[in-house]
Amino acid sequence: MLEVIGLRKSYNDLVAVDGVSLRAGKGETIGLLGPNGAGKTTTVSIIAGLVHPDAGEVRINGRTLASDTDPAKRDIGLVPQDLGLYDEMSARENLHLFGALYGLDGAHLKRTMDEALDLVGLKERAKDKVLHFSGGMKRRLNLAAALLHDPQLLLLDEPTVGVDPQSRNAIFDNLEALKKRGKTLLYTTHYMEEAERLCDRLVIMDHGKVIADDTLQGLYRMVPVANLLTIELEVGRMNGLRAEEVQSIPGVASVELRGDTLRIGVRDLAADSAGILTWLAARGYPFQHLASERASLETVFLNLTGRRLRD
Amino acid sequence: MLIPFLALMRKDLRLFLSDRRAVLMSVVAPIAIASFFGYIFGGGAGNADNSPISVLVSDQDGSAFSREIVNRLKAETSLDVKAATPEAARDAVRQGKATAAILVPKNFSVDAGRAFLFGGAKPEIGMLFDPSHTIEMRMLQGIMAGAVMETAGKQMMSGSGAPKGGLTLPFRVSPEGITSGRGVHYNGYAHSFGGMGIQFLLMVGVDVGIAMLLLRERGVWKRMRAAPLSRTVLLGSRAASSAVTSMGTLIILFAFARVVFGVRIQGSMVGFLGVCAAFSLMTAAFGLLIATLGKTAEATRGIAILATLLMVMLGGAWVPTFIFPRWLKAITVVFPTRWAMDGLDAVTWRGLGFSAVALPIALLFGCALVFGILAVARFRWEAD
Repeated sequence: MLEVIGLRKSYNDLVAVDGVSLRAGKGETIGLLGPNGAGKTTTVSIIAGLVHPDAGEVRINGRTLASDTDPAKRDIGLVPQDLGLYDEMSARENLHLFGALYGLDGAHLKRTMDEALDLVGLKERAKDKVLHFSGGMKRRLNLAAALLHDPQLLLLDEPTVGVDPQSRNAIFDNLEALKKRGKTLLYTTHYMEEAERLCDRLVIMDHGKVIADDTLQGLYRMVPVANLLTIELEVGRMNGLRAEEVQSIPGVASVELRGDTLRIGVRDLAADSAGILTWLAARGYPFQHLASERASLETVFLNLTGRRLRD
Repeated sequence: MLIPFLALMRKDLRLFLSDRRAVLMSVVAPIAIASFFGYIFGGGAGNADNSPISVLVSDQDGSAFSREIVNRLKAETSLDVKAATPEAARDAVRQGKATAAILVPKNFSVDAGRAFLFGGAKPEIGMLFDPSHTIEMRMLQGIMAGAVMETAGKQMMSGSGAPKGGLTLPFRVSPEGITSGRGVHYNGYAHSFGGMGIQFLLMVGVDVGIAMLLLRERGVWKRMRAAPLSRTVLLGSRAASSAVTSMGTLIILFAFARVVFGVRIQGSMVGFLGVCAAFSLMTAAFGLLIATLGKTAEATRGIAILATLLMVMLGGAWVPTFIFPRWLKAITVVFPTRWAMDGLDAVTWRGLGFSAVALPIALLFGCALVFGILAVARFRWEAD
């Protein structure tokens, strides 16, 4: 469905996208992850035909987008990060306009508008001006506007930015419904939990480059940290403890010191945690709380880039 | 209280200064306009090169006295005097090709001499004038009186004797504003509604440009660019809607002027609609071009205001062009505002037919085409 090959785009000295390649099959949901400035939006903009790459190409169903009017653009639905709506117009008027951009009109447009409004749960508010919508409702309408021409590929650029948890869940439900209909979704986000819930495969970007492209399980296998051990030391007892010392304990893959808390990544929780706790006790670092969790995509990102996703 | 006040003030200044182009234009625009006005109104050493007033003279007397008067008029640097028949002079004034015409009647020298020396009936000098140029007409009346009195005085000094009735003008001026027909009074509202309409439509054009720049900052622009639409469709539709709005505005303006001030389309209605349509399209294309001039709305606004004010001023909507220096008046013909103004005058109070506005309409459409092509070529298509 979608093939992105060696995309490169720079703005003066800033290389925004540096040799990005990725693929998305029919019905697949790909998560494009990375911190702000990683190059996700530029990549999506190039795929949507908004920005011309300096190098590389984008193929939709095997065809390269040739021009502004290329009919292949009908296979793409863009949900921009900035709300692409007119506040002064009603939801229905907005959809009428955006459907017309793809040549839809008459009964066909009316039907697709009804379907889209129904999907995002805004049928009852169709005649209301967008101005009076909540942030979450605007986001849902933003999604609906991209569905009218029934595209096979949906490019979703951080579609849940700034919405409340309820609206976010509603959008997830909408996206899962679209996935069931066989749509291909390319979903950019820096929310790990969204990617974990929705995506079949994850492409992680940083500094304009793809640093990992795999399934969730594949990514977990990629890192030496399968589990995270969180140890809260007694207050004021951290003095003198250095991350390098902890790193030297057998089985420790990563160490993060935050106040009186140690976050230690280990591959084998059962085998490695005993040694760590013994080591701390022997050196006079008593702890007051202990917790463990499975590694998350956040951990994967931290491991791959050395920094946190929301940095 | 002072801390937040200063912080807010500092923020405003920092934001203002962060856009260098906007800062530059906020200074350059008033400097350019003030310099321009100062120059044309004779600032500094004065503008010694004012455009002459175009005057046609029909000397039906043909005497040495009348020839002397005509020669004195020709010697006036503020006048551009040419000979013409009465009919040609009337046509030229009506079409706006000459500002005024002086008709010296037969036996003028005899009658004027008699009136001057013996107090007989004063002959009438016909003065046909463009009623939208009353200032020039009054200047011309003064110059004319001076020329006649100087000529008469010279003859008196050469031995004709002292005038019987004292030194009074030996003639009367019969001024006639040339409008669409004899007896049809000039309605100044026609000119002012045309001028103001043109000025405000240019402002609408600027708004179109600024709105395009602001649109780029919204997701709507990305959505539009993502659709399989050509650049011509995207910009053309914008220009078309703007042109329709402008056309509607002009028509409503003149409808109001018709109902309230009695302004009539004395000439070709088709010509009137043609000028309105062509100028509306030109302003829309001008707006699109504006959108290509700057990177931000703030920076573009300064450039746009400067361009608009220059177009309005040089089109003659604010100040009569006769006070412009020769070179400046010569280049006003390249400004579409001038064509629009001339076109609207022609079909409203001048009462001229379509042929009189065919050229302005063609020029305005041509200008719209050039602006449109430049806008399409220069417009930054890539989303930010």
